[in-house]
Amino acid sequence: MSDKIKNIDGITKESTEALIAETLSVYPEKAKKKRAPHLGANDQASGSACVKSNKKTVPGVMSARGCAYAGAKGVVWGPIGDMVHVSHGPVGCGWYSWGTRRNLVSGINGVTQFAMQFTSDFQEKDIVYGGDKKLKTLLEEAKGLFPLAKGISVLSECPVGLIGDDINSVAKQSAKELDLPIIPCNCEGFRGVSQSLGHHISNDTIRDYIIETREFAEPSSPYDIALIGDYNIGGDVWAAKSLLEEIGLNVKATWTGDGELDKIAATHQVKLNLIHCYRSMNYMCKVMEEKYGIPWLEFNFFGPTKIRESLRAIAERFDDTIKENVEKVIAKYDPIMQAIIDEYKPRLDGKKVMLLVGGLRPRHTIGAYEDLGMECVGSGYEFAHTDDYDRTAPEMPNATVVYDDPSEYEFEKFVHALKPDLVGSGIKEKYVFQKMGIPFRQMHSWDYSGPYHAYQGFEIFARDVDMAVNSPTWKLVKSPF
Amino acid sequence: MANLLGLEVKKIVETPPEEIERVKNWINSEEYKEKNFARQALVINPAHACQPLGAQLVAHGFEGTLPFVHGSQGCASYYRSTLNRHFREPAPAVSDAMTEDGAVFGGQNNLHEGLENAVALYKPKMIAVFTSCMPEVIGDDLTAFIKNARQKGHVPKDMPVPYANTPSFNGTHIHGYDAMLLSILQTLTEGKQVEGRCTGKLNLIAGCDFNTGDYREYKRILKEFGVPVTVLADISDSFDSPCNGTYNIYAGGTPLEDAADSINGKATMSLGPYATPKTFGWIKDNYAGKHVSMPMPMGIEKTDALIMKIAELFGKEVPESIKNERGRAVDAMTDAQQYMHGKKFAVYGDPDYLMGYVSFLLEMGARPYHILCSRGSKKAEKELQGLLDSSMYGKGCKIYMNKDLWHLRSLVMTDPVDAIIGDSHGKFAARDAKIPLFRFGFPVFDRVNMHRSPIIGYQGVINMVSAICNTFLDIKDATCEDRFFELMR
Repeated sequence: MSDKIKNIDGITKESTEALIAETLSVYPEKAKKKRAPHLGANDQASGSACVKSNKKTVPGVMSARGCAYAGAKGVVWGPIGDMVHVSHGPVGCGWYSWGTRRNLVSGINGVTQFAMQFTSDFQEKDIVYGGDKKLKTLLEEAKGLFPLAKGISVLSECPVGLIGDDINSVAKQSAKELDLPIIPCNCEGFRGVSQSLGHHISNDTIRDYIIETREFAEPSSPYDIALIGDYNIGGDVWAAKSLLEEIGLNVKATWTGDGELDKIAATHQVKLNLIHCYRSMNYMCKVMEEKYGIPWLEFNFFGPTKIRESLRAIAERFDDTIKENVEKVIAKYDPIMQAIIDEYKPRLDGKKVMLLVGGLRPRHTIGAYEDLGMECVGSGYEFAHTDDYDRTAPEMPNATVVYDDPSEYEFEKFVHALKPDLVGSGIKEKYVFQKMGIPFRQMHSWDYSGPYHAYQGFEIFARDVDMAVNSPTWKLVKSPF
Repeated sequence: MANLLGLEVKKIVETPPEEIERVKNWINSEEYKEKNFARQALVINPAHACQPLGAQLVAHGFEGTLPFVHGSQGCASYYRSTLNRHFREPAPAVSDAMTEDGAVFGGQNNLHEGLENAVALYKPKMIAVFTSCMPEVIGDDLTAFIKNARQKGHVPKDMPVPYANTPSFNGTHIHGYDAMLLSILQTLTEGKQVEGRCTGKLNLIAGCDFNTGDYREYKRILKEFGVPVTVLADISDSFDSPCNGTYNIYAGGTPLEDAADSINGKATMSLGPYATPKTFGWIKDNYAGKHVSMPMPMGIEKTDALIMKIAELFGKEVPESIKNERGRAVDAMTDAQQYMHGKKFAVYGDPDYLMGYVSFLLEMGARPYHILCSRGSKKAEKELQGLLDSSMYGKGCKIYMNKDLWHLRSLVMTDPVDAIIGDSHGKFAARDAKIPLFRFGFPVFDRVNMHRSPIIGYQGVINMVSAICNTFLDIKDATCEDRFFELMR
């Protein structure tokens, strides 16, 4: 928790509440009542959530949210590169999520990694007669065409659950026949209220079908850890992994960015789980803690301040060797980071940023902006829960606006009122704000850049933020005539 | 609890490098191609999306229109982000966010609440409702739901709310485009036919075309002719709006009044016959004036046909400026033909685009060697075969209907070509085959401004010739031996 209360000039609890009230005034009564508890002014000292969350999206308001399938395909299962992931149902869902999340993978496409689009491409007759037979056939075909695939996930789209197909029994039977892990994941998009349930369902399938089915070939060491909740956006896992290795830890498995199925399946043998995205993978950390006694630790690899704090917290879980390594690594990188800050901070100092991202970054990246002298004047999530907002309160400046699953209307209103110098959100929001002449960075995909994690990532993050905020192109937006 | 599959617990074994090498070579082989083409159930890397995407595209082509997805909210996010990425523009659309209880009770409550909120927040002039999977599977009755919405006052009495059933398990994005366009036109033109009235205008249906430059090009050509036009539906400003400090949620689109009056047009022309058969069929029965369905005007011959048809329909001479444009396009082709002549291409995409690519390539003396359509029809296949048969450069070229881009990969690896024409998704096969990819189709997620560069008309010919020939020349410069590296090409 941050020590001191951060205040922003001109922002008070009253001003934020007035802004919220004005924003809500246009809503019909019922929708206003539903939305009001999801908008609040941060109480930094409280350390607890100021908004309600994880509730159904209000119809018709233009939410940024995705669905359970998106959470399963895009976040948890999709990044595991050595598996075939079948989008089971009509063609669209798999096509839209094909290559659009930037979870990079190692290996050879079509040989050892399968970052492609596999679908059962449901037709009318599959809806009428069911798709189980087709599924069985396509699993055989996948095994035949991709013999080095380590497993297959079957990710259900909406119709599968509605027509009563039994993918679980098909998967079980085919797994035996093909001698291959085949994981049925009932992640239909209509389940739950957002991507978040898809994460949870997928964690449960890892629990039920994967964990403990493999063992590491090499002997264990006290420094064996797993990197959990890093999806290798733009190479994040590679940056984080190399830093963890530099302090002397063995990263035995990565969940699930650049993930390998076998290593994920053997993660019950590690000594500590380090979790970056708490929202999407706390479930399995808790399972592994209960079942195998593996402790877990949240950490933050955005920006030197948080990296330093995190490395020391990690070191506390190990012996003096690691503690010494950590101090050496910090001493090595501190001057490098300072040089980056010296370069960019003069151009970014005092600039304001507003965030709307998924389930982690709206709080985890705040420190990195602050390292560059910027302040966060509003933040919110698409699919966070109360425990995420609890963790957000101490990171956000006091009395700033917090928004849960905001509509585009609300987000626009808040940005219009608070006039940030940068908005960090998703592709659906990007061009709305850029048309207004407001600099923007996509904070789901790192705007096709990255990595942003660890020391290596901060240099790129700082460059990108500077590039966005200070691009001369923004000066051209207003025409002279 | 673990291992519900009953599989044996194993030590992790790395795949031996020689096995990886074997499979790496095997997937490029003739044997693999046969196995790949024998697939019955698995679709890998399809070159088509689902119906609602096309429905959303066409909805954006009307003034003040808010696309409204009746179904799960994740669907809307997928369509929106796809359009955002392709155009690098906003794509505002709402969803009524159906969840589990919708499956039990149906989606009427969501739809009604959604309409009321959308009207309050986004103040549209029209709401275009279309469906994703869930309401289609459970059988929601949109006709009744929307009638009820109006009766209960969830939408203003006079606000048009066209709606279309766009099931994702049937057809592709082009069929959703057709269904939504038909519903919009039926809704807007209802009661607008005036006996004896003629707007004097051409109604131009561009088809499911994701290139804003094409729409601007159509309008420019018609301006040269002095023929007034109503584009149905005009996405050019919606997805190519100025950056001037103000965000306009409804940045463009065909004025609703013009669309309503289109039923009294002098002529209606569809340039996307495969993307708008239902709409065109209905127009033939209901619209005044002449009705013409023609291929998307790519290449000289198909553009000539369009130009002559406009002249004929409106009794005008072809303007000098257009004659000169044609001459310049032909000049570009004759100047550059040597760089494309005999070159083999793999082409894939929606049928309307495919007819254009094939026509254009044959005109250049190039060979559309592998022609692949992810969801095609017998009719499309026949038309393509006809094009191939019409030219000596079509000899030996083959058509693959209802095949995907993993099939395409097998084709280009076993029977090589010089280039691929398609969309960004072709980049994986192109990289493996070490050949260039020309992104004339949809979507383009990895290059800028492609949607601003027209591929139709004479200007489109020049654009395609330049892109293709200059890339071939870049490759030659980058890869030729030093002693053959020279100034002139």
